[in-house]
Amino acid sequence: MSYQVNGHTIEHDEEGYITTLSDWSKELADEIAKTENIDMTDEHWEVVNFLREYYDEYQIAPAVRVLIKAIKKSMGPDKGNNKYMYELFPYGPAKQACKIAGLPKPTGCV
Amino acid sequence: MADGDTQVPELAFPLDIPCLKRGAMEGTKPFVAQAEHQAKLGFPGALVPDWKDKALAKMQELAEKNRAFQVYLDICVKCGACTDKCHYFLGTGDPKNMPVARQDLLRSVYRRYFTFAGKHFPWLVGARDLTEDVLNEWYSYYHQCSECRRCSVFCPYGIDTAEITMAAREILDSVGVGQKYSNEIIGKVKDIGNNLGLNPKALRATLEDLEEDIEDDTGVSVRLPLDEKGADILLVTPSADFFAEPHIEGLIGYAKVFHEAGVSWTLSSYASEAANFGLFIGSYENMREISLRIRKAAQDLGVKRIIFGECGHAWRVAYSFLNTLAGPWDFLDQSYPVPQHILEFTWDEIQKGTLNLDPSRNDHIRLTYHDSCNVARASGMGDYPGGQFEIPRNVIRAVCNNFFDMEPDTIREATLCCGGGGGLLTDDLMDLRIKGSAPRMKALQNVTEEHGVTHMAAICAICKTQFGKVMPKYGYEMDAILSVHQLVSNAIILTGQDGEDEDEAEDA
Repeated sequence: MSYQVNGHTIEHDEEGYITTLSDWSKELADEIAKTENIDMTDEHWEVVNFLREYYDEYQIAPAVRVLIKAIKKSMGPDKGNNKYMYELFPYGPAKQACKIAGLPKPTGCV
Repeated sequence: MADGDTQVPELAFPLDIPCLKRGAMEGTKPFVAQAEHQAKLGFPGALVPDWKDKALAKMQELAEKNRAFQVYLDICVKCGACTDKCHYFLGTGDPKNMPVARQDLLRSVYRRYFTFAGKHFPWLVGARDLTEDVLNEWYSYYHQCSECRRCSVFCPYGIDTAEITMAAREILDSVGVGQKYSNEIIGKVKDIGNNLGLNPKALRATLEDLEEDIEDDTGVSVRLPLDEKGADILLVTPSADFFAEPHIEGLIGYAKVFHEAGVSWTLSSYASEAANFGLFIGSYENMREISLRIRKAAQDLGVKRIIFGECGHAWRVAYSFLNTLAGPWDFLDQSYPVPQHILEFTWDEIQKGTLNLDPSRNDHIRLTYHDSCNVARASGMGDYPGGQFEIPRNVIRAVCNNFFDMEPDTIREATLCCGGGGGLLTDDLMDLRIKGSAPRMKALQNVTEEHGVTHMAAICAICKTQFGKVMPKYGYEMDAILSVHQLVSNAIILTGQDGEDEDEAEDA
């Protein structure tokens, strides 16, 4: 189970989350997005970048509410809402966006 | 994604018996735990070479240690009363998901090795050898039972079929075949304190963020304290309440209620999880270890009371087992229930009149309520039988003007599972989750047709996440599922809240 990026092999788990977080690169994100049928736009990158920044600081993905609040600040209320997040990431901003951002999958009753 | 191919079952009525589809769910199974997940729980990392002997020895040990389990194995007469009571059978049509048939996957092996007739005349009594195929079948079908115990309500012998699922999972774990979803999560509780893996720094940041939000919304400073020694109340709530929607809206509701009640309370970063997946995998040792974190947090913080947030199976573990697992609780104030449910607390405050509630703030909602299985069938609330059904409804009626119950045979003790309980709330079982939710969704559609119901409330983190995921498949918005304390939060007018005067003027 692996992605191929620029001649490198990057391992992932059964669900496509990469197993070594430091393997992440922008090229890899594009590759993961492709397997998720997502065409990465600036808006997608805004979310992915925020998730990675948050993860750097807190070692976990933010609550959906915190993510939406941050996007509202940077992109305005039209885009800072749950509905728009699901338009960007149909399988949910928490799980699908985390996968593309190279973060571990949020676990539990979520 | 995983749910792309699922055919949403079309049931004419919630409890319609489907046409049998033999083998429809054969091979459906969740990801198997890796060695690292297993190790943290004290289980072998992969199928052990002498797995057959080990599995049978474990079955014998469980039957000896837990007499109820042995009785449940012995006394089923296959009367069939349970066959059409399981939401997974109703949703999938797979005959092995009839509770009696699913349990017989284990009973047939028990009979072969532990009963006279099965040892000598296996063909006469439907006894069969334990083979690797049987083990795989167990792994598949015992992860198609959410341990919701609806079938047990209808069993004339009172067989608790969930106990058999739990035992099967424990036997599987003991030979090295664990479920990734549950076991990885239990490991996280041991390492970090909660299912999510939310560390104290991130938890504190999340709570501060919520405090900011509440103040922005209301103009009132409401605290969500963390690790505050000397607080009176320790709130133990599912970590989903710190992360997911609509769970987090419920957490805001608890905070507002505590604020208005004027009590001192705190969350704990050490016991930052109410959920206890040890129950789902039938592991007493793991269940106990998780429960002891709550005891330690309560003692370290010096609290007098423990209150549980909206989490179904956590309330079962707390209400039914906490004293055995982590008691005695003699250091807590005995004039309050030990432990107490947040709904008991809120209902008490409503009766005392300490909360200023304006139910018209929920007038955009036409509501029904989903009884969560572990609260409905495995616990109580208040000091009278059936309190677990009445108290949530009492609170709902106090905060919401438009409330309509679903059909009587789909609520209260006959409630239907959400389809994601008991350790099945994982993406790799999405097809099963969508199909298993069909009976509940049909009952919901009925009240939508009859009463124009737009939303459903629940008091379980698993139910909320499951419904958020499956309701869109049945024609609802994902935010049509609500926390009960989200409704409380909407209706509550905090002392000194912005706009209170205007609202009152309007009402007058």
